[in-house]
Amino acid sequence: MAMIRVLSLVLSVLSSVTLLWTQSGECNNGRRSADAVDTDFSGFSVPLEHSFEVDDVPRFRLRGALQFRGGREQGVYLSQNQLSEKDRNTLKDVAAVDGLYRIRVPRVSLQVDRQTEKQSEGYLTTFVRACSLVESHLSDVITLHTDVSGCVVGISIVTIPGSCRGIEVEDEVDLEVFNTTISVVAPVTAPVPETAPYIERMEQEMEKKGKNPQEQKSFFAKYWMYIVPLVLFLMMSGAQDQSGGGAGGGAANGGGR
Amino acid sequence: MAWLVVRLAISMSLLYTASAVFEDQVGKFDWRQQFIGKVRFALFDTHSQASKKLLLATDKNVFASLNSRTGDLFWRHVDKTGPEGHIDALLMYGQDAVVVVGNGRLLRSWETTVGGLKWETVLDTGSFQAAALVGVQDFVKYVAVLKKSAISLHDLSSGSEIWVENLPDSDSVQYQTIYSGGNGLVLVLGVVPNSHIVIVEYKIEDGEIMNKKSVEAAWMSSLESSCAVVSSGILLCVDQITQSLYTLPLQSAEQTEMRQIHLQTLDLEVVSGFRPVLTSTQPNPAQPPLSEFFLQLSPDHHILLQFKDGLIAPLRDFNPAYLAAFATSGERTVAAVMSPKNDTACSINLFSADTGRRHLDTTIIYHMDPNGGKPNRLYVHAFLKKDDSVGYRVMVQTEDLALTFLQQPGRVVWMREEALADVVTMEMVDLPFTGTQAELEGEFGKKAAIQDGLLPMVLKRLSSQFILLQAWLAHLWKLFYDARKPRSSVKNEVTIDVLSRDEFNLQKMMLMVTASGKLFGIDSKSGTILWKQYLENIQPNSVFKLIVQRTTAHFPHPPQCTLLIKNKDTGLGSLYVFNPIFGKKSQISVPALPRPILQTLLLPVIDQDYAKVLLLIDDQYKVTAFPSTKNVLQQLQDTASSIFFYLVDSSQGKLSGFRLRKDLSTELIWEVVIPTEVQKIVAVKGKRANEHVHSQGRVMGDRSVLYKYLNPNLLAVITESTDTHQERSFVGIILIDGVTGRIVHEAVQRKARGPVHFVHSENWVVYVYWNSKFRRNEFSVLELFEGAELYNSTVFSSLDRPHPPQVLQQSYIFPAPINTLEATLTEKGITSRHLLVGLPSGNILSLPKLFLDPRRPEMVSEQSREENLIPYAPEMPIREEWFINYNQTVSRVRGIYTAPSGLESTCLVVAYGLDIYQSRVFPSKQFDVLKDDYDYILISSVLFGLFFATMISKRLAEVKLLNRAWR
Repeated sequence: MAMIRVLSLVLSVLSSVTLLWTQSGECNNGRRSADAVDTDFSGFSVPLEHSFEVDDVPRFRLRGALQFRGGREQGVYLSQNQLSEKDRNTLKDVAAVDGLYRIRVPRVSLQVDRQTEKQSEGYLTTFVRACSLVESHLSDVITLHTDVSGCVVGISIVTIPGSCRGIEVEDEVDLEVFNTTISVVAPVTAPVPETAPYIERMEQEMEKKGKNPQEQKSFFAKYWMYIVPLVLFLMMSGAQDQSGGGAGGGAANGGGR
Repeated sequence: MAWLVVRLAISMSLLYTASAVFEDQVGKFDWRQQFIGKVRFALFDTHSQASKKLLLATDKNVFASLNSRTGDLFWRHVDKTGPEGHIDALLMYGQDAVVVVGNGRLLRSWETTVGGLKWETVLDTGSFQAAALVGVQDFVKYVAVLKKSAISLHDLSSGSEIWVENLPDSDSVQYQTIYSGGNGLVLVLGVVPNSHIVIVEYKIEDGEIMNKKSVEAAWMSSLESSCAVVSSGILLCVDQITQSLYTLPLQSAEQTEMRQIHLQTLDLEVVSGFRPVLTSTQPNPAQPPLSEFFLQLSPDHHILLQFKDGLIAPLRDFNPAYLAAFATSGERTVAAVMSPKNDTACSINLFSADTGRRHLDTTIIYHMDPNGGKPNRLYVHAFLKKDDSVGYRVMVQTEDLALTFLQQPGRVVWMREEALADVVTMEMVDLPFTGTQAELEGEFGKKAAIQDGLLPMVLKRLSSQFILLQAWLAHLWKLFYDARKPRSSVKNEVTIDVLSRDEFNLQKMMLMVTASGKLFGIDSKSGTILWKQYLENIQPNSVFKLIVQRTTAHFPHPPQCTLLIKNKDTGLGSLYVFNPIFGKKSQISVPALPRPILQTLLLPVIDQDYAKVLLLIDDQYKVTAFPSTKNVLQQLQDTASSIFFYLVDSSQGKLSGFRLRKDLSTELIWEVVIPTEVQKIVAVKGKRANEHVHSQGRVMGDRSVLYKYLNPNLLAVITESTDTHQERSFVGIILIDGVTGRIVHEAVQRKARGPVHFVHSENWVVYVYWNSKFRRNEFSVLELFEGAELYNSTVFSSLDRPHPPQVLQQSYIFPAPINTLEATLTEKGITSRHLLVGLPSGNILSLPKLFLDPRRPEMVSEQSREENLIPYAPEMPIREEWFINYNQTVSRVRGIYTAPSGLESTCLVVAYGLDIYQSRVFPSKQFDVLKDDYDYILISSVLFGLFFATMISKRLAEVKLLNRAWR
């Protein structure tokens, strides 16, 4: 038994995916140079905990560790253990009663130099239906959201696919290893009114018009040769209509008799 | 031809925009009511007998003149909000009204007939204490303003400063009042609390200090509240602890201490705990006050006293009497006293001030509104009749801020509901069917009908049809009857009894909750107040939430509204359940709420009486259901696992989500914490529950569909940075799913700050912020799309939407500041949306959402043209014809409420602030209604003409055929 445990420890998987670490300029606040100095060894790790209980009272256990890399190539890695057999069974039981699978991370700041400054207490929690986790064969997407200063404000988890259809899941193979995609998302900068391109465009249009004097002419100046004959024609035909109509009327009257 | 082209060009350019009203449509389906607020000063113009002016200054910083015969506004000046525009004092002399504004910052003189500003003077800094008119030799020439440390005298006709003098020892003495008896001196009275009184005499001409003395008064804490000047310069004070009156001649040199007169010697006693009040009157500022004065000993005990030769003598005892006031007409001063008559009425009588004798035949009966508050202020307008007797009218202000103007023998001349100047929240409720309509509806609605069987059902149907026929005949008869009468005598009085839903449900009941705790039911078509209800004991800092639990659709169950009243400090709440149509309090038992309420949730779950279930979450996260019948609890247990709610704690920056458990307790399921050191949550808004979205997606230029991300649980959270430096400040917008706590989108608007106004609807959020770098207001729009295909097209579940939406955003410059923002709402959501923008100028701009579209292209392409996208322009246009309220501006617009009507094209709009404006808007024009000027005669004559023409031509053709056959 001990042997197996050691084996499973040895086999512990480092499933990690790096994703967009959109670090914004403001976030660094001029500490960029300082970050660059302490390159590779500035990373730190944060525990990721999960809880799934049949009675739905959260009891969080360690699921893995989130490792943040500071420095130039910033990123996040998640190293996590396999689910034990007991956990697998619990998870399936929880899924059967439509319970929740919860995860939480402590509130941290991803600004490396702020780590020492202050350790804010409390956790950020979220959940996903246990059944959807089981049915997706433990493939989940975890996203950490930060604010402008690099503090983690929220965590979200979704499974792909996200639905619960009541599909039976083969044990062992499918519920051992998490297939996790993890990413950190910083807020995007909202656009401001774009006056410069607009003015540029207007100027270009003006230039175009300036170059091409043909287009500056008014509607009438351009198309007078079509309009005048048309108008003349309409006037003529109108006059003819009146006289013709009168004549036709007379003929009709005559025909009637 | 040219003319035609021009016309064509104009009509093309108006294609998007024609939304203005025509001249003949003015006031047809819109109305405006103007208010002034709670009256602080009211003065009648006694300058001439025929004058109808009533000058009022209110706590809303409004200075107005009312027509005392009709209650309409002659003119109104709305000053700045807050202490800057606060009206400190109102004085009137002749045609001029002098106003001190902004804690003694400005002195203004107004011409009262047209409301024009005569002059304005900026005063020195210093907090305002008192102001008084100063007269010399029977003629009022000056106005004196007392500040904390200085007194200044201004000329009444030009406002120019005559002199300004510093007050002696102003750091220890609190100067509080000015007195001038027309003898060339201005007296400033100050007090050192619990020590002595200081009296300083200034010469009017040059401000020279003529005399200064201090008098012992160890019992006194405040001059203003306990003293008055009577007779020829006698300071009269009252003290409830020693139960005595004190007198002091202000200008006598010999008397150096106040003379004490025990109230016991007058057989009087102050009720314990009541602060006695002295009221004197000075009819002419250039002459000393009268020697008669009122002393109020308890809330309903007044006594008229006279000061004569150093002695005080009671003239008349008024017990009980709620209110008493002096009024002067010509040389005669009278006192009006309001005494209770019975439970529902008070009588007001007139007494001569110098003798205390009652004037005969001067009783006014004032009927108290059973749904209103108690009277608390009395303003009297006295005038001389032809036979030289004194006549009078009174204006009564009640606790619920209603102004009633009465004349003998108790006729209400007019009434104003000034509580409506401060509307907090409102709802619109459909009117009920008429009795007959309801009968027909109810016939099939009842469950009993199923058991009845076929024959009784047929009989029932026939009988209800017969009733309908009867009603129709009665209606016809009434029409015929009315038509014979002259037009003027046919009145369109709106009462609750005749109210019924119209064909297109355009007329609704507006429920308005005001800050003073008075509820109103207003007919949306005419603006008539149909019912009102004053809720007593409402704390001034209460917050209200109005919930419609049952609409009028469930006959015979009456509609039901619930008002949650919550004390802002303690968080404790109470429920008030009422019928929104009649305003009557419902008999339903209301759950007791012993703990502070954090959140309310209206569920679509209904009980057996068709009332929606309201969940109240207290600070221990326990849930109370209302109504909480067995049926409801059973339903809640069944659906508990799918009931989620969220809480916002902006002080800790915490957003948390909870799920209901079967035993009505809750469990925390998600938590998002936004550090308060960086930014604070200023607002959280979900979507409106009664919103319908007709189209699931948008058709693109290439005929593919871009599906909208329509998450009904989405919350828009707006944050503002704590750092207010213009370079580093920002506004954050976070879109969170309210069920899973998943952050769907997070954006930061840099170099921006609040106040942020925003609308969250369909798949978009529009917000307005202040760009601190460029110093301008900017609009930003966020739209969320699922993409080219839907994940699950049949049903939306927050738990099963793994893919994040695509977010598009664009910003625009808005060339005006804004007060409030709202979006139009229609029955089925087919009509295009407009944004209603309340501007500080009082206009309401109806801005097409078309202009706020993040897909507006930089460069025009074939596809964007196909999609009808307007090319991007950074500045948002404001066109005059987009103002839905033409010249009917709404002062200090604070909120806009929109409600759908029965017509898809029409949205009802109510804008409220100081004024209330109701109108209809047609964002896609009236596509489902014939125009007002539709030519029915032409179309019917053409139809008939064609019909007869075919008949005749058919006949002719037959004849012709016959002739041909014979040939």
